Amino acid sequence: MKIVVCVKEIPDPDIAASVFQVDEAARAVVPVPGLRSVASPFDEQAIEVALRLRDQLGSAAISLVTLGDETAKAIVKNGLALGADDAYLLVDEAFDGGDATTTARALAAAIRKIGGVDLVLTGRQAADDDAGIVGCGIAEILGVPAVTFAMDVAVDGGALVVERSLGDGSETVEAPLPALVTVSHEVGKVRPASLRETMKAARQPLTVGTAADLELTAGDVGAAGARRTLERLAVPKNDVRCEFLAGESPEALAATLIERLSAARIL
Amino acid sequence: MSNPVRALVVAETSDGQPIPLVWEMLGLARRWADETGGAVHACVLGDGLDAAAVALAARGADRVHRIASPSLSPYQADAWLPDVCAVARAVGPAAVMIGHTPQGADLAPRIAFRLDAGIATACNRASWTAGRLEVTRPCYGGKAEETVSFRTATAVVTVKAKCFAPAPAQAARHGDVVAVPTVLDAASVRTRVRGSRRDASAGANLESANIVVAGGGGMKGPDGFGMLERLAVALGGAVGASRVACDLGWCPPGRQVGLSGKTVAPELYLAVGISGAGQHMAGCVNSKTIVAINTDAAAPIFRYARYGVVADCHALVPALIEVLESKAR
Ligand SMILES: Cc1cc2nc3c(=O)[nH]c(=O)nc-3n(C[C@H](O)[C@H](O)[C@H](O)COP(=O)(O)OP(=O)(O)OC[C@H]3O[C@@H](n4cnc5c(N)ncnc54)[C@H](O)[C@@H]3O)c2cc1C
Ligand SMILES: Nc1ncnc2c1ncn2[C@@H]1O[C@H](COP(=O)(O)O)[C@@H](O)[C@H]1O
Repeated sequence: MKIVVCVKEIPDPDIAASVFQVDEAARAVVPVPGLRSVASPFDEQAIEVALRLRDQLGSAAISLVTLGDETAKAIVKNGLALGADDAYLLVDEAFDGGDATTTARALAAAIRKIGGVDLVLTGRQAADDDAGIVGCGIAEILGVPAVTFAMDVAVDGGALVVERSLGDGSETVEAPLPALVTVSHEVGKVRPASLRETMKAARQPLTVGTAADLELTAGDVGAAGARRTLERLAVPKNDVRCEFLAGESPEALAATLIERLSAARIL
Repeated sequence: MSNPVRALVVAETSDGQPIPLVWEMLGLARRWADETGGAVHACVLGDGLDAAAVALAARGADRVHRIASPSLSPYQADAWLPDVCAVARAVGPAAVMIGHTPQGADLAPRIAFRLDAGIATACNRASWTAGRLEVTRPCYGGKAEETVSFRTATAVVTVKAKCFAPAPAQAARHGDVVAVPTVLDAASVRTRVRGSRRDASAGANLESANIVVAGGGGMKGPDGFGMLERLAVALGGAVGASRVACDLGWCPPGRQVGLSGKTVAPELYLAVGISGAGQHMAGCVNSKTIVAINTDAAAPIFRYARYGVVADCHALVPALIEVLESKAR
């Protein structure tokens, strides 16, 4: 079985709101000191799902694909250290100014080029744009079924069996391969990379590709191919003033809080 | 905002009726149509659904496309796609509006790619500027928000719950309800649902509750949630949780509030032992009043709270229950 996992490099989603900044004129996040670059957490979990499938099946070829900057190398190296077999890095100025549509196009073209792929795994949403578009977009372009919000993925007699989250429950969905699955956080913990594998991965070459390598034209990708325009990026305003309640004991604090809420007609 | 705005609202239903978020989308679409002389279309797919179609007309849809077929229920993306796309192509709306729910988030991107339309998900504001739709949506885990416009004649947007005023029901209002035959070819449905589990206790009342008591890592374990449950009963509210608490199995995943959980906007949101990460706040910032209980006075939750109590919740919550219960006696 051949599996491709799409992994995106993003600014650490756990950065504190108090240090996070955007440059409104540039419509971009400010790379403040200490803001690490990481693999989007759901994508790490997608790698974990691929590794679990390989454990289950005894063998599977796992490729990583990322579209981004040169800096994304570090992120895919980490994926290789976890046990992926190879990695493709799509870097090209022609991709600049793209959107979910152009990203899905480029990733779908890379998956076609890799060839013979049975299963594509993505995160349910990237933790920078929080959008959840690219996964289903790739599936539509490739013409394969997509199953979203996976909590558990198994292969049973050549068919895919996915337990997917519905918010207030879950459902079990079967799909023929090839297919695409978007992975949700319920799949749980990801395994750590071993030091030995990390050293090995550091020396492993990556395949770097451009739009031309994917036989995509300038009109397909980047700003020219995008379906939307980013007009503004801002930090949301927050004008709430917190009134800290004082009290000597939990009982006194509790009584004060209930009093306040009653006086404000909230209770 | 000069050109007449035509919008198509895709109605998700539950127990035969549109979910409340559909009224919020209709409210928005109706406002656009009234201000520009446009029109509101709605489509509803499933088995039967006469009552839902009538309700959509009563809440502001000028035309309801009712597509009834047993193959369309329960929802499956593969089954719904051909019909929703067919209606969208026939109507030619400026915006296809879909609720940002697990179902809508599964459906919307596929519709956008089939229609070759621009798409934005989880929108919480929308406006027309010089005849162009601009939507605003949270990103970077709620730490930023972006405003985007579209380069395609039709845009697909998923709308976040509790961000827009719902359209009121007007019993006397009648729109056209048209029965549209399904275009679905059963062979195009590649997926098959083997079974499903509904977690009835998980938080069905969470999104509609006036008071939500939510617990996080500070609850320290399932017993902490037992205590919150009692506080919720004393307040007449529902229990919510942070992802940390759900991931650790202290309470069911259906109680999760936030970016990858539910969106709530109660009168009172009492955050107990919750740090206030942007991804959590994305699900509750629209609450009328937020109250935070946290041992750490520097916790980000206090930036959103109207009232703050710096205290150990394991001492404060029992004291709150005592005050409320003695008032009730
Ligand atoms: C892509 C993505 C999506 C996410 N989606 C969600 C989501 O939908 N919902 C969500 O909630 N999170 C989500 N998260 C996780 C989020 O970033 C935070 O990690 C999470 O919300 C933290 O939960 P918490 O505040 O309960 O736990 P912690 O960070 O562990 O904080 C516990 C808090 O309790 C306080 N405390 C400790 N002991 C006590 C005590 N005895 N009494 C009172 N206070 C005490 C501490 O001071 C601290 O502030 C997401 C993250 C990512 C990256
Ligand atoms: N630039 C990218 N490179 C690789 N994978 C991506 C990229 N952008 C999005 N993806 C994949 O698509 C998923 C959904 O992204 P999005 O639609 O942006 O929220 C992510 O979790 C990734 O798996």
